[in-house]
Amino acid sequence: MSRIAARFKALAAQGRGALIPYLEAYDPDRETSLELFRAMPAAGADLIEVGMPFSDPSADGPVIQAAALRGLKAGATLVGVLDMVAEFRKGDDETPVILMGYVNPVESYGYERFCKDAAAAGVDGLILVDLPPEEGAVIAAPAQAAGLDIIRLVAPTTPDARLEYVLGHASGFVYYVSIVGITGTRSASAHDLAGAIPRIRAATDLPIAIGFGVRTPEQAAQAASIADGAVVASALLATLAQTLDEQGRATSQTLPRVLEQIRGLAQAVRAAGQQPE
Amino acid sequence: MANPIEHGGAAAQSNSFRQQPDEHGHFGGRYGGRFVAETLMPLILELNEAYEAAKADPAFHKELVYYQTDYIGRPSPLWFARRMTEAFGGAKIYLKREELNHTGSHKLNNVMGQILLARRMGRTRIVAETGAGQHGVATATVCALFGMKCVIYMGATDVERQKPNVFRMRLLGAEVVPVTAGAGTLKDAMNEAMRDWVANVADTYMLIGTVAGPHPYPAMVRDFQSVIGEETKAQMQAAEGRLPDVVVAAIGGGSNAMGIFYPFLDDVSVRLIGVEAAGHGLDSGKTAASIERGRPGVLHGNRTYLLQNADGQIDEAHSISAGLDYPGVGPEHSWLNDIGRAEYVGATDTEALEAFQLCTKLEGIIPALESAHAIAYAAKIAPTLSKDTLLVVNLSGRGDKDIFTVAEHLGVSL
Ligand SMILES: Cc1ncc(COP(=O)(O)O)c(C=O)c1O
Repeated sequence: MSRIAARFKALAAQGRGALIPYLEAYDPDRETSLELFRAMPAAGADLIEVGMPFSDPSADGPVIQAAALRGLKAGATLVGVLDMVAEFRKGDDETPVILMGYVNPVESYGYERFCKDAAAAGVDGLILVDLPPEEGAVIAAPAQAAGLDIIRLVAPTTPDARLEYVLGHASGFVYYVSIVGITGTRSASAHDLAGAIPRIRAATDLPIAIGFGVRTPEQAAQAASIADGAVVASALLATLAQTLDEQGRATSQTLPRVLEQIRGLAQAVRAAGQQPE
Repeated sequence: MANPIEHGGAAAQSNSFRQQPDEHGHFGGRYGGRFVAETLMPLILELNEAYEAAKADPAFHKELVYYQTDYIGRPSPLWFARRMTEAFGGAKIYLKREELNHTGSHKLNNVMGQILLARRMGRTRIVAETGAGQHGVATATVCALFGMKCVIYMGATDVERQKPNVFRMRLLGAEVVPVTAGAGTLKDAMNEAMRDWVANVADTYMLIGTVAGPHPYPAMVRDFQSVIGEETKAQMQAAEGRLPDVVVAAIGGGSNAMGIFYPFLDDVSVRLIGVEAAGHGLDSGKTAASIERGRPGVLHGNRTYLLQNADGQIDEAHSISAGLDYPGVGPEHSWLNDIGRAEYVGATDTEALEAFQLCTKLEGIIPALESAHAIAYAAKIAPTLSKDTLLVVNLSGRGDKDIFTVAEHLGVSL
């Protein structure tokens, strides 16, 4: 069983959803982001999403754009990102790691070589925001051969007829983009989520994680209990950005503040799971 | 749905260059496509259906022709440039006068087609990206004409170097949003316009200004711009009784070039030349020549030649002309380049500035700096061609917007 499937299965047995925090590789530098990455599981991360910085993140809001820019300035490359995952894996063989980014750097690296190298580094799944299933043939076979899950996005705008098509190309889990918009701008209401998730459930057996607009412990708890997991990205990156000095360098506050926020999110997600249905 | 008549037609014309893209929006099976986030995917599928329906509807064409004629001022003349021809001392030079269109460039051809489509689709709010501001002005113009809300994203650098157009757009009632991300040029404006569209899908139509973006934009914009080549063909027939030998056009995203090339694609005797902005020189590292110095990759919804580094990060383009300052190119050009049906060359900032002055002095026409790149290359090859060679330059826009930039480079303070 893949690390992703095993983790969701174990959490389901515990009766709770997953907390999936996001970090941008090399933000604000390689060492800091690797240290954060390594400390995340102990702080309560059930799965981890690692952003691969891209020069033109057209589906992201200002917070992730700035994080990507800091990562690129610090010298992020795909080789460097995979190397970070390999370092992480030396100390953690269980927490699933998902890489999230845009397709061009991967195309440039070469789909087959990338999938092989990513799997060898210990990556479990890929989210390529601008590679819809219509264009997904380039990566489907190499990912399958390497044992990588291709995690598909589903949006509120995805109609029922299309849902089936998209989920036909999904593995690992389904990432529900809970708002019509870019990352880090608005949040979905519990009411919207309660309406949307059963529609997806009816179309797939895969676990469902909710992302885009999950910021507070309350929202994370709610999302993780309505669905199977909550992805928190912009809220963590915004905290990280606040701790940097004037030159954009990490300070003694950077790791403690981000980790403290993750602990708060994890506590809420866990507490929500223990409440009787 | 497989239409047997269409299938028969396609088979009968299988060696035509005018059958692209395929149903997935791919040119030559490789370029173009639909590389967008899931939130936008249902929208571009809907747009494709709406465009196909409009294309098949005679009422849509009738409406478009009405606005082309009475509002844009089409057809635009094909002008025999006698003094330029004499000065170059070779090929006979004709200028396709797209600068005479309302708002001063070819951009309105596409914008008019798309705004009529947006109205058919019931959209009330328009977002667009702009570089030189010509597409922004054209878009703001039709939004004024039809009373629609208009938001234009423009790189902060371009807002600075194209002030008259910013003022024009605001006069026309558009909201102009300066984009500070990246180098603050066209690619950054495009990212921001896409972000706006993702966030406002219910009422918003994204009006892309060139033959780029996800399918169906490259094909749709080409179709709306093809009026340039169709007119040129008929006008040259009337003037010289035959096809031109060479057609030259500047390449930013590639819409004015695709518009004049497309009707000639199957006339293989016609040499088609796209002139990219070489900036400080093709090998200077400060260039916008995506085909000549880039390699295929994915940006803004399609696969095409891109200026990018070894890790697939997109490079900043450089050109004196804001309208050519883009690190990509329309996917159909990438395909035409690979199969050798069109040639792609470069003209530098300096060559464009010289051509700008030359055209102004010899023909009494102030060309846009974008168009000046095409004139610069025509000036280079015309002397090597025989006097009976017919060479058409697409004069895509007028240069009034550029006089400040040109004055600065000539050391004149206005
Ligand atoms: C006058 C003119 N010509 C050419 C261009 C380049 O665009 P395209 O290559 O799409 O024709 C522009 C873009 O702003 C323009 O304003």
